[in-house]
Amino acid sequence: MDFTFPKEYELLRRMIREFAEKEVAPLAEEIDRDERVPFEIIKKAAKLGLMGVPFPQKYGGAGAGEIGYCILMEEMNKVCGSTATIIGAHTGIGAMAIYLDGTEEQKQKYLVPLARGEKIAAFALTEPNAGSDAAAIQTRAIRDGNYFILNGSKLWITNGDIADVISVLAVTDPALGARGGVTAFIVEKDFPGFKVGRREEKMGIRGSPTAELFFEDCRVPAENVLGQFGAGFLTFMKTLDVGRISLAAGCLGAAQQALKMSMEFAKSRYQFGAPIAAKQAIQWMIADMAIEIEALRSLVYRTAWMMDSGNMGREFSTMAAMCKVFGSEVACRAADMAVQIHGGMGYMKKYPIERMYRDVRITRIFEGTNEIQREIIARNLFRNIGLRLR
Amino acid sequence: MKIVVLIKQVPDTTEVKLDPRTGTLIREGVPSIINPEDKNALEEALKLKEQMGAQVIVLSMGPPQAEDALREALAMGADEAILLTDRAFAGADTWATATTLGLALKKIGDFDLVLAGRQAIDGDTAQVGPQVAEYLKIPQITYVRELVVEDGKVRAKRAIEDGYEEIEAKLPALLTITKEANTPRYPHAGAIMNAYRERKVTFWGVKDVDANPEQVGLQGSPTQVKRSFSPPPKEPGQIIKSGPAEAAKELVAILRQKNII
Repeated sequence: MDFTFPKEYELLRRMIREFAEKEVAPLAEEIDRDERVPFEIIKKAAKLGLMGVPFPQKYGGAGAGEIGYCILMEEMNKVCGSTATIIGAHTGIGAMAIYLDGTEEQKQKYLVPLARGEKIAAFALTEPNAGSDAAAIQTRAIRDGNYFILNGSKLWITNGDIADVISVLAVTDPALGARGGVTAFIVEKDFPGFKVGRREEKMGIRGSPTAELFFEDCRVPAENVLGQFGAGFLTFMKTLDVGRISLAAGCLGAAQQALKMSMEFAKSRYQFGAPIAAKQAIQWMIADMAIEIEALRSLVYRTAWMMDSGNMGREFSTMAAMCKVFGSEVACRAADMAVQIHGGMGYMKKYPIERMYRDVRITRIFEGTNEIQREIIARNLFRNIGLRLR
Repeated sequence: MKIVVLIKQVPDTTEVKLDPRTGTLIREGVPSIINPEDKNALEEALKLKEQMGAQVIVLSMGPPQAEDALREALAMGADEAILLTDRAFAGADTWATATTLGLALKKIGDFDLVLAGRQAIDGDTAQVGPQVAEYLKIPQITYVRELVVEDGKVRAKRAIEDGYEEIEAKLPALLTITKEANTPRYPHAGAIMNAYRERKVTFWGVKDVDANPEQVGLQGSPTQVKRSFSPPPKEPGQIIKSGPAEAAKELVAILRQKNII
């Protein structure tokens, strides 16, 4: 057993940390305040291969696998939740769906420019009436010769209005439902009948654009069916499994940053003639954060390692759900304790902890609520002893 | 054109913390990095490579773990990497280091330009670059913040206290580069992976560079370190809190007492 990172990952982390601290951190406050999409950061990140970290180099990626991608998300989320979310929706789920289930032609046509960051991806599953109940989607796709005609809408799609390529899930046979009746498609923003709606205003991750998508007789070529016809639900669930690891890696970064800021503050803030770090109440919070961070680090990188080792079965899916639940809850608890340690200063806009507190809250909700993740975990565990729950 | 860049692996002194009780450096967990101004030298070489085509070789002397610095240089875009590592090289002062690097440069041969950082953040001597040039008997320009290569010559702006000098030298020449010269590039994520998974670092020992063991390492070093110590901590300052007129009187009294005025 060996828990050390190979040297190339150490150097990758050092490069990303320097990039995040020098190129991203100085803009983070403004990105949040003005709800501004940081295109200049995306451009710089693309030049360094950071928009396609997990994908093989033959598809335009950095060839750093899920472990390398988790390092990116961890370091980026320390400084800017918005930038990390844009990269996450692009690489971790939008392009990931094409990497996991696309044909060789689809990978050449779509994944290569996405991995190089020349184009931006999004992942469109959620609808007004289908969130946690993902199988209840209503967007329809009806075959018309060499095309499919899509009708319906998708809600709260990260990168929705800046994406060039969108992985979209639609119903192809309502009678079959999720098992056989749902198909994934690759949609280009210029396909006739594709429209984007208004950008949402959010509590946190405000620089990551969130938009509604409309499909009005949108014509998608049949060759853009992603994965097996009728098996789109599996493609999307598999993609989300993978996305949950890197989401948790981002949470790991946020929690570490919360701990770091808290420790620096507790060291320099004097009350009753001593640094507040001398108070047991503060020490316990610091210790609890540190314990959870180390447990999360092990869980995240072990699950990423499973994926890089080609082990993506049910155990992987369970682990990914655990990453998502634990990661988001550790990050939210750490941000909450950090605000508490900072006292009044933690509540003020001029300290980054206030932004982090808002940014991390979404992680318990998106990419599958924690309530649904707990169901997945329990169902998978019961299935191991022969009980199938629906 | 063949450019050799001399680099040194150093502890990242910005990450070094002092032990509050003993006043000594806490070395544990301090990452090793390419000496910052050596990175500026490498960046100049890579810029020349892009402008006019060149083969960029990075050369370092150090313990086996200095390989990591060379792999980082490969990730940034260097074509070849050579590490001079041998027990016999250990304990070298700047003179013996320059001799060893000079021998390696002779073995590499027909280089047009040797670039080095102005000085290393651990030793701060700024001696090795100039000593290598002296050893090789080639022209040197130090403290360079801008350079142009054309017609077998290099023209460089060299920083001096109150401005700069513009100096021209025939190639081959050695230049030491300052941090003002450029901002070193970030290595590409894919190039980082390849630097470890596919690229090669060449290791040279005493025999590979035909060194006489008496020229190198501790034996070849005229400088011997007798003792290392931390300077005594400064005494805390004194604040005079009385009004301006009173304070001036008190201050003058203290300065007189200390025989300063």
